[in-house]
Amino acid sequence: MTIDEFRTRVESHKAEASQHILGALDANALEEQRTHVWSRTVQQSFSKALGELPADDRREAGRLFNELKVHVEAVLESRRAEIASLQHALDKPKLDLTMPARARWRGGKHPVTLVIDEIVAIFRELGFTVALGPESESEWYNFSALNFPADHPAMDMHDTFYLGEGALLRTHTSPVQIRTLQSSPPPIRILAPGTVFRRDPFDASHAPAFAQVEGLAVDEGISFVDLKATLTLFAQKFFGKTRTRFRPSYFPFTEPSAEMDVECRLCGGRGCSACKGTGWMEILGSGMVHPSVLEAAGIDSERYTGWAFGMGPGRIAMLRYGLPDIRLLYDSDIRFLEQVAE
Amino acid sequence: MNASVAWLNAFVRGSHTAEQLRDLITAHTATVEEMIALRDDLAPIVIARVVEEALHPDSDHLHITKVDAGTGELLDVVCGAPNVTAGKMYPFAPTGTTMLDGKKIEKRKIRGQTSNGMLCSARELGLGEEHEGIMELDLDVAPGTPFLQVMPVGDSRLVVDVLPNRPDLLSHLGVAREVAALTGASLAFPDIGVSGIEIHQPKRFRRAGNAGGIVMHLEDSKLATRYMGVVIRGVKVGPSPTWLVDRLTAVGSRSINNIVDASNYVLHEIGQPTHAFDFNKIDPDPKMPEKTIVIRRAKDGETLTTLDGAKRILTADMTVIADSSNPIALAGVMGGADTEVDDHTTDLFVEVANFDTGRTRRTRRAAGLSTDASYRFERGVDVTLAPMALYRVTSLIIALAGGTVAEPPIDLYAGDVPRAPIVLRTSRVARVLGVALEASRIAELLTGIGCVANVEAGDAAIHVIAPTWRQDITAEVDLIEEIARLHGYDALPGDIRPYRPGTTTDAPLWTTAARLRDTLSAAGLLEARPTPFVSGGEQHVRVLNPLAENEGYLRRTLLESLVRRAEYNLTHMQGNIRLYEIGAAFERGEDGLPTETTRVAALIMGDREPTHFTNSKPAQMDAWDAKSLAERIAHVAASGAELRPGNGNDDLLWEIVVDGQVRGHVSRVTLDAPVWASPAFGIELELGTMFNGDLAAPGQHAHGAAVEMPKRPVTKYRPLPAMPASEFDLALLVPGGVNAADVEGTIRRAAGELLERLVAFDVYDGAGVEAGHRSVAWRLTLRHPERTLRDKEIEGRRSKILSVLQTELNVRQRTS
Ligand SMILES: [Zn+2]
Repeated sequence: MTIDEFRTRVESHKAEASQHILGALDANALEEQRTHVWSRTVQQSFSKALGELPADDRREAGRLFNELKVHVEAVLESRRAEIASLQHALDKPKLDLTMPARARWRGGKHPVTLVIDEIVAIFRELGFTVALGPESESEWYNFSALNFPADHPAMDMHDTFYLGEGALLRTHTSPVQIRTLQSSPPPIRILAPGTVFRRDPFDASHAPAFAQVEGLAVDEGISFVDLKATLTLFAQKFFGKTRTRFRPSYFPFTEPSAEMDVECRLCGGRGCSACKGTGWMEILGSGMVHPSVLEAAGIDSERYTGWAFGMGPGRIAMLRYGLPDIRLLYDSDIRFLEQVAE
Repeated sequence: MNASVAWLNAFVRGSHTAEQLRDLITAHTATVEEMIALRDDLAPIVIARVVEEALHPDSDHLHITKVDAGTGELLDVVCGAPNVTAGKMYPFAPTGTTMLDGKKIEKRKIRGQTSNGMLCSARELGLGEEHEGIMELDLDVAPGTPFLQVMPVGDSRLVVDVLPNRPDLLSHLGVAREVAALTGASLAFPDIGVSGIEIHQPKRFRRAGNAGGIVMHLEDSKLATRYMGVVIRGVKVGPSPTWLVDRLTAVGSRSINNIVDASNYVLHEIGQPTHAFDFNKIDPDPKMPEKTIVIRRAKDGETLTTLDGAKRILTADMTVIADSSNPIALAGVMGGADTEVDDHTTDLFVEVANFDTGRTRRTRRAAGLSTDASYRFERGVDVTLAPMALYRVTSLIIALAGGTVAEPPIDLYAGDVPRAPIVLRTSRVARVLGVALEASRIAELLTGIGCVANVEAGDAAIHVIAPTWRQDITAEVDLIEEIARLHGYDALPGDIRPYRPGTTTDAPLWTTAARLRDTLSAAGLLEARPTPFVSGGEQHVRVLNPLAENEGYLRRTLLESLVRRAEYNLTHMQGNIRLYEIGAAFERGEDGLPTETTRVAALIMGDREPTHFTNSKPAQMDAWDAKSLAERIAHVAASGAELRPGNGNDDLLWEIVVDGQVRGHVSRVTLDAPVWASPAFGIELELGTMFNGDLAAPGQHAHGAAVEMPKRPVTKYRPLPAMPASEFDLALLVPGGVNAADVEGTIRRAAGELLERLVAFDVYDGAGVEAGHRSVAWRLTLRHPERTLRDKEIEGRRSKILSVLQTELNVRQRTS
């Protein structure tokens, strides 16, 4: 072996050793690699080769061997440090994933709006669109056009807030029927959600202002069968599978008039105190549009017929969320709204 | 209307259960809201079988028994009845039952033997006088079955919700008529022991007549369509018999004496109010040999003490019954105390009248006194009922209290008005109800409720005369309703039939409101739905009849309501308030109607976000949060809106300007807040005016009128950039008086089309900044659509921007 061959061997081992040492990922692997590239055997094989060199070259070879030794040990040491610090990082406590998420204020729509939206969505599938009307109305739109007899006990059902000079706060959304019939020719299929007013002092079950949803369908050939079919379908989409029943009722602006009941939501129809043992719960009032109403809006009542209904989403919201007091819907208590608003 | 099941059954000679009647009446006539078993005290009583029976070892009449009451074990019961027999069924009161006499059944020892309950006699259950033995029941039911379930004893009360169109249902006769029509039964007056009592035929006059010692004058037929009177002499006032007390109890009326009870009985039986005056307490007429009764308008200021003891000051709106000097009754409402029947009364003047509906209504209102009588007169009493009612009440009084009628009753009446026939087209019935019914079926249904129905040859039409008690039936559509309900709503088909969709589109305000709700809810705000009532002033619309003075006006802005709601939350220690509302506000209008606008408003205060371990002290919401929210609202509801800074010397922060008009604002909100509360900010924007005027004259439509559909602006697509952008920052020294919008505008103009984005990202006015100035740092993003920008070009723009800023606004680059 010449000194040049010895040098080559030292250089190649230097490279090989570095590669192996740096490839070690943990302390065990590093020790394995150390025994592989810097074992006593390896060192002895270099000493032996050195001893076989001509005397003049031994000094230079000794330097080379020493350099190799320093290099390998430095690489080993640095890798050992690296692995140790890596291990330290791994040994650190993990992220506590049970900590709460970054918080954002929860917003949402009022429960009554949620009920209205659901009602609207169901009727939209059946060809209805949304119409709106004013909350301040004239006596004509609120009463006369809707066939209310003047000075009649029928008016007792509508305790009214008056604003003077024939103006009032509408007692129902039915004036939107007149406004729609006057502005658009049949076929008409509209839903009119809105706030209405009755002069009832606030208590657990009454409010002086509350939401109502009106529905109106007017066309040639519309009959009571359409009323019954559409409202029954609505009830089943809204409440799930339920029986419905229609009872005679009276509204000046519809004839025949009917109220629709669904099975009591609390007892499932078996009878409880909430439904006074009947097993039924009233959901809406409805009827065939009275010919006088169509005529008041300039619609030929011989040619066109129609049906209408009105319901109270507030009452449904109270049932749905189990509210004991209607005032919860008006107080706008943040704690309440955060519970139920979506 | 309270109806007794037994009373109804007596009219139709039927034995319907309360449930059957409830369901029948609800389905076809009027809703039965409640069904009350009047012998509810019997609810704990069960049917029990005596399994073993032996004589009591220490008694000669007591038995010891083992009783199966369905509890799963045999009960030891001591029984004193001679007829107790093993194997038989008896009513059994378990321990804990309170008997009719108030005695509570408890576990006790009787002569050393334990007794757990009581086997009952008929008298102990209040079911008769029999008390010699316990009540043996011949029943095949399981022990433990509730007694009431198998022994329908005791009457039930049905609470019928009679609506204003059906005053004929305000009596047992009226409801029984419906039951008869629906079941096919015949209808007859219940037997009340008056057969054989004869009363003279009434004598009819228009305005005046002598009923035997009393001359009746009807001043004006506008006051009463009919006024009948009779004098009964020689009655003996006393208690009523049990059957009558039971009837009155069943409908919730208290027994007073046989005279008053007879009158009440007739009211509930046939719906005709009657009134008995003590004849001898009616003042004699000094000018006449007979007493005088006048039906007249009250004089303003006259007084009358009514039966309830209240002294009432009368007005000319009221109708009174008066003797020759003073009012003695408030017509149609209540009798007077001075002529009240008492224990010493011997002679009666009985009135059976038909008072005017409108005047009764006004009398009732003015007096603030609603009675069973006024309730019926207001809604309308069948004018042809009076003779029957007079006969019924007179004969009942004679049957209960004795007495005689010496002179024929007087009937002040112009005579029946024949009812006009209504033409009912079978084709119209089919159109409205959606099913074709045979003319014969229609006629049958209508005849059942008392109509006279003549079917035209060919069945195209039926000529119908409605009965006198159905004054609500005046037109074809009224008959169609009768047909529908009698046939049964449930019997009509309920299949979806083809329909045409409506021609209208969604109201634009509705669509906008829905989008706003989505946006604001997603932004963490909660929707409020308060009432619009506020305590207002000069500028507010006044409610003429408010519920409370502090709610006497309608709000002009939604924030007025939201401020109250925020205060409510603050009183409940809730300081992180984020509320919004979409609703109506009102301004005083030119004529009677207010100007109504639909608005959106939001109120925010408190922490910007909830506390979190990464942010243990969240910052409070400030004007910039409010501005951000306002921009989001404007983006949804008022495209192109501009937030114009307010003048800074009051709470106004920004005005929201849409198409040159101020439509809303962002403001600091002052509210009644505790010291710990954070500053509050409000945003309000008008979305549109809600038209409340006339669209067309009554009876007219406005279908021709052009409806302008608002267009929603659509953002057009711009190609996504393909070339790299260049960014650089400018730190600018902005003198006071120059605002960010000026700087931004100038930069945009100077930078030209290449400027893609411009953001002010830092503001500093601390040490190192020249006095009266602030340092604002802007980041500019420049991009050419087709090629990469050269450094030289960017440098060129930068110099140009700086030079324009310098010359136009005296804004320099910050050097240090
Ligand atoms: Zn129930």
